[in-house]
Amino acid sequence: MPSTPRFLRRTIGAAALVALSLTSSSVFAADLIVSAAASLTNAFKTLAEQYEKSHPDTKVVLNFGASDVLMQQIVKGAPADVFASADQDAMNKAESEKVVQPASRKDFAANQIVLIVPHDSKLGIASLKDLTHADVKRIAYGNPSSVPVGRYTKSALEADNLWDAVSAKGVPAQNVRQSLDYVARGEVDAGFVFATDATVMPDKVKVAVRVPNRTPVTYPIAITTQTKQAAAATSFVNYVLSPDGQAVLARYGFLKP
Amino acid sequence: MDAVWVPLLLSLKVAGWATLLNSVLGVAVAYALARWRSSARDVVDAILTLPLVLPPTVLGYYLLVLVGRRGVFGAWLSSMGIELVFTWQGAVLASTVVAFPLVLKSARAAFEGVDHQLENAARVLGVTEVGIFFRVTLPLAARGIIAGVLLAFARALGEFGATLMIAGNLPGRTQTLSVAIYEAVQAGDDNTANLLVLVTSVTCVVLLVAAGRLVPPVARGTADVYEPRRFRSGARKAVTPAVTK
Repeated sequence: MPSTPRFLRRTIGAAALVALSLTSSSVFAADLIVSAAASLTNAFKTLAEQYEKSHPDTKVVLNFGASDVLMQQIVKGAPADVFASADQDAMNKAESEKVVQPASRKDFAANQIVLIVPHDSKLGIASLKDLTHADVKRIAYGNPSSVPVGRYTKSALEADNLWDAVSAKGVPAQNVRQSLDYVARGEVDAGFVFATDATVMPDKVKVAVRVPNRTPVTYPIAITTQTKQAAAATSFVNYVLSPDGQAVLARYGFLKP
Repeated sequence: MDAVWVPLLLSLKVAGWATLLNSVLGVAVAYALARWRSSARDVVDAILTLPLVLPPTVLGYYLLVLVGRRGVFGAWLSSMGIELVFTWQGAVLASTVVAFPLVLKSARAAFEGVDHQLENAARVLGVTEVGIFFRVTLPLAARGIIAGVLLAFARALGEFGATLMIAGNLPGRTQTLSVAIYEAVQAGDDNTANLLVLVTSVTCVVLLVAAGRLVPPVARGTADVYEPRRFRSGARKAVTPAVTK
């Protein structure tokens, strides 16, 4: 039949078009993949933008999540080049799994834990002890088994013998930003986040208590062992540690390490 | 063992309730759609099938916006003392919404496959409309409906994204099997994760096989009388129409 070859040609042509459109993507000389803790979301997005301006041949691809989860991804083979964690614990685990280069590990920022409440909260929470009151029904915090802010929270509350009472009303969150979201929506009566996260939604949450640090809240950054662009990774880490990078972090509320 | 037993029972409870709700709701809506003669019917069907198309996390987000404390219905529900967020009832809501299209589609197809002649015959014999539904239509559509209900149960048991959004991850209260596996993987606890995956898989297979045995055999009334009967031994015997002299 005369129409069959035409039909076949058209089908092949259409399939080729589809295949081409699916493969088209902007390919940069170097794609630098940075896995960073969820609390670094806003700061690192700005850092990445500024870094790309001064290094036009590098595209920084950001991957945010709870530090332990990011570390698990890297251990299981995720192609991250740089890992920025929200506590030393997650970075220690990464070192023991030999997925980061110990020589490149440096502290680049510090933070503080705060207890936040919804902006229209009438519960009058002024101290950590107030959390044991009966009218405080739900308290959000990061899951201590996989989220740094949860570990900091647990150690702070254990020091005051409040952990059992608080965890009984606890709503574990997958990462610090989910904790923040729960409070912003009013789904929980209070939540533990970093001071820098509280400033992200100033109209929806307010800080009730500044939790004293039992362990220093410091953020380490390191280069992974399986990175294919060690030079670009080192350059990015140096940028984060440079005065320009530190200025960006300070703008978002991070303290000096 | 507690780490396995508690999430398993919770998963079964949530999936059970969700499937029950879907069986009633899905069959009712499917029957209405099958009988409704209107050009808007396909639009309504498409809208009701949306939960199958949307990513579960998006569904969970929509549910949160609707029934959260500051949500459209949330404030009203709260005033009546009904809390859906961070409760197992919320998990049931999430699983129900997610699995609803499965029952709807199967049941609607089953109802549309019922021979109208049989229903009309019942009408001629004086059976009420309600009677026709329960004694003629439903039994004939049973196979298709049950298949849909089984699918919905399996989907509800494995539901994760929407459940996590609206019910959260509260051990003992809303941490279903899927959420427990996720948490174990996140924490790097591969042993617990593997155990939970094994338990989930075995449970699902056992339940689906058992449920499959409960499906009624093909109704005699719809089989071709010339189709040879199959005996248990596998032997065949042709059934010829009786010849009257």
